[in-house]
Amino acid sequence: MKMSKGKKLLGFASLLALTVLLLVAVDSLPKRGLPDAPAHQVINAAGNPGAGAYFIRSAYEDAATPNMVTVVLGDYRSFDTLGEVVVVFAAAIACYLILRRREDEEK
Amino acid sequence: MTNPSQSLIIKMVSRTLAAFIQVFGLYVIIHGHYSPGGGFQGGALLAAGVLLIRMTEGREASQPTLATAIATPLASLGAVIFAGLGVVILFFGGNYMDYGAVPVPGMEPAMIRYYGILIVEVGIGLAVMTGLVSIFDDMVRTNRQSGPDLGKGGLS
Repeated sequence: MKMSKGKKLLGFASLLALTVLLLVAVDSLPKRGLPDAPAHQVINAAGNPGAGAYFIRSAYEDAATPNMVTVVLGDYRSFDTLGEVVVVFAAAIACYLILRRREDEEK
Repeated sequence: MTNPSQSLIIKMVSRTLAAFIQVFGLYVIIHGHYSPGGGFQGGALLAAGVLLIRMTEGREASQPTLATAIATPLASLGAVIFAGLGVVILFFGGNYMDYGAVPVPGMEPAMIRYYGILIVEVGIGLAVMTGLVSIFDDMVRTNRQSGPDLGKGGLS
């Protein structure tokens, strides 16, 4: 199947336009680590306490662990981490049930 | 792939490397409170150590490292350690996974959370390591009579 030259050019042009669009979007995001960024506010735009600021302020006090990523993954968001482990475990169980050869059908 | 490698160099290098990879995996799990790392990363490293031996020494010779028959039960155990800890906390009246609710005498809630995270990380490491080894053993098949009858038995 051969693509005509016009179609190829059109595809390339739209790809280029999409790339420019995405780069502009990335560039207009708040800079990484900027204290004024909306994600780092103690009280966010909706008037609720922001999660990120709370984690940074109280991770060490709550769990006596210097690595706050570990505290978020293992404590504040441990239910999410449980889901990740279940995904790996489900993959192992699925492979076991479908692919493993038992002794009686070894022949 | 699970037939032993013929090359002496590959065998010796992988035997030496596997030990260091696994020690580093343990370090990554246990030191996850202080440096980047944790159960997933350490479990993947431990699995890499086992699978390196699996690939170079062959499946039969590498069974003493981690037998295929116990890999899947150990993966279940790892998941049960994680989920079971949450259930234990429920019995002490706390929310699911709220480690601080368990009353341990002579220990402040922050330290209880510290050890709760450690138990969880060990459970994750166990589940990921044995889960990956189990998947590898299921998906890669030994061909004892390698040759034209490959896959004749099918999945049956």
